[in-house]
Amino acid sequence: MIRRVLPHGMGRGRLTRRPGTRRGGFSLDWDGKVSEIKKKIKSILPGRSCDLLQDTSHLPPEHSDVVIVGGGVLGLSVAYWLKKLESRRGAIRVLVVERDHTYSQASTGLSVGGICQQFSLPENIQLSLFSASFLRNINEYLAVVDAPPLDLQFNPSGYLLLASEKDAAAMESNVKVQRQEGAKVSLMSPDQLRNKFPWINTEGVALASYGMEDEGWFDPWCLLQGLRRKVQSLGVLFCQGEVTRFLSSSQRMLTTDDKAVVLKRIHEVHVKMDRSLEYQPVECAIVINAAGAWSSQIAALAGIGEGPPGTLQGTKLPVEPRKRYVYVWHCPQGPGLETPLVADTSGAYFRREGLGSNYLGGRSPTEQEEPDPANLEVDHDFFQDKVQSAWAGYYDYNTFDQNGVVGPHPLVVNMYFATGFSGHGLQQAPGVGRAVAEMVLKGRFQTINLSPFLFTRFYLGEKIQENNII
Amino acid sequence: MAAPWASLRLVAPMWNGRIRGIHRLGGAVAPEGNQKKKRTILQFLTNYFYDVEALRDYLLQREMYKVHEKNRSYTWLEKQHGPYGAGAFFILKQGGAVKFRDKEWIRPDKYGHFSQEFWNFCEVPVEAVDASDCDINYEGLDNLLRLKELQSLSLQRCSHVDDWCLSRLYPLADSLQELSLAGCPRVSERGLACLHHLQNLRRLDISDLPAVSNPGLTQILVEEMLPNCKVVGVDWAEGLKSGPEEQPQDTASPVPA
Repeated sequence: MIRRVLPHGMGRGRLTRRPGTRRGGFSLDWDGKVSEIKKKIKSILPGRSCDLLQDTSHLPPEHSDVVIVGGGVLGLSVAYWLKKLESRRGAIRVLVVERDHTYSQASTGLSVGGICQQFSLPENIQLSLFSASFLRNINEYLAVVDAPPLDLQFNPSGYLLLASEKDAAAMESNVKVQRQEGAKVSLMSPDQLRNKFPWINTEGVALASYGMEDEGWFDPWCLLQGLRRKVQSLGVLFCQGEVTRFLSSSQRMLTTDDKAVVLKRIHEVHVKMDRSLEYQPVECAIVINAAGAWSSQIAALAGIGEGPPGTLQGTKLPVEPRKRYVYVWHCPQGPGLETPLVADTSGAYFRREGLGSNYLGGRSPTEQEEPDPANLEVDHDFFQDKVQSAWAGYYDYNTFDQNGVVGPHPLVVNMYFATGFSGHGLQQAPGVGRAVAEMVLKGRFQTINLSPFLFTRFYLGEKIQENNII
Repeated sequence: MAAPWASLRLVAPMWNGRIRGIHRLGGAVAPEGNQKKKRTILQFLTNYFYDVEALRDYLLQREMYKVHEKNRSYTWLEKQHGPYGAGAFFILKQGGAVKFRDKEWIRPDKYGHFSQEFWNFCEVPVEAVDASDCDINYEGLDNLLRLKELQSLSLQRCSHVDDWCLSRLYPLADSLQELSLAGCPRVSERGLACLHHLQNLRRLDISDLPAVSNPGLTQILVEEMLPNCKVVGVDWAEGLKSGPEEQPQDTASPVPA
């Protein structure tokens, strides 16, 4: 092996005898020396990084075109679509910075994993429809040579939303919008409900909407690992570290009304390594904020929200972490195999888990009952009965209008947002990833128009309220 | 050793035409010794050379594209000859068999040719479809779902029929009486759960579904879900351990030394 590795100048071209076989033996540590020489030579050869002085292999690269802060499903989706839509192979260098590679607190892994098209906004419905087709064809989108196909464990059982008298009219108009966009949703009266699902208590229920196709729940961890695997095979670099600083340059410009405005451009991201003071300054062109529940901290680092309140400079990113509980219980004579994910008039929801009469569910708490998001401890009193197990996860809750923030910031011109989806980020991730990639590469939304989700609506006060939040 | 080209199988075996056996997820496929050696060389080449990886990627995408081409939606044919004609043509082109009401089964021969006389009676509804071993996928079901009066559907050993496809079968709920899913490698109990829309179903065959995790329990749950339907193919007692009354028999008769 060393014969081929040695360049021609060194030694005599071809060694006649392997070192270590000299007659008489030697007291020097030949094997150790040989392996050291091999290592040095390997690092000189092209294709390997030259780490002769200092080993920097654990640090992110010094330059990257796009830095994605946050390696959850939204961040990976943006990375995937950036690589898929780039004009030439290897045109864009992407770096994904994730603070916790075990994803112990990330919303993606702790999510219930539902996907439904029953929203009131047409953009949300279109995002969800695209995500359903993405998940259906996931083994074509995320195919990697020599890797086994992904099994998302998708349950196509649908969502059943129940509405009381006062919400019935809103539900009917929502279903009309959903049908216009192409979702297959049917309306059921209480009698039809009792006929189909005899275990439902239809007291107080005036109308129900049942999704027939493309709705259900799946394994979010599998989607995350599939995206990660594909994205790594496409050449995206991963780094475990925390973003601690943005270095930006400012420019004073005049608007058309001759008002002075300061535009900022981030040109360096400082990524601090885990459990160490060491950091790497990464020079970048574009930063994507996909940090989920912690997006507002990243936005504050970039200087978003520093200014007098009521101005564009003073508008903060209104995304904060909200804790939600999910409980698992056992019910031996419970609803059968055909149970959809049922969401009640009070906001409580449940679904079947597996074949063995286990059910899981939860409820969004009211504003007064909001639990403290400092940790992920579960409050068992919130669920008034005996539980088998429970967990908690964060929603990246948009306190303004509970809908996502997508697109560039008007003042920090190269920071793009993909966050704030308040509990339905997972089911909209493929569509949002594609939209952000289109915005970055082409400058506008091409397939699904998400301009109502831009950041400027927080300053202008234009709420786009989504009524069907579970 | 076979001819050199045959040994250079450039496409990963799972995607090569019909998928043989179970989709093994996560764990390594257990190959024979010779194949294992070939595959390691191929994997080594793929990991070291971008060109080999790109070529294999391209071949993989081409296999998938071929399946999509087969499952195009025949909208023009539907306008010309109606839904039954278009649906029947689709099935026959894929290699399946079609039976119109009060007529004989129409099957393609081993070269894929079939008689074109069914165009004359394409107002007659299609009663039964045998799509065994066909490459029908989610998009191809568009053509099948046009056959509103279908009574019997057989999707045996279709390698591209999965849970998503089963969730699409509900428009046939009024007429479908017999459904066979035997041997479909991608159908699991989650897809079987959405068959509850088909309340007119009288016979359901769920034998030999490798992706179903617990066949016996699944059969019981499916029977509960479809009370008027006879579910065949699985013995619910399979996998159950023998009860306590069997054990004393063993201890009573001592094993001869």
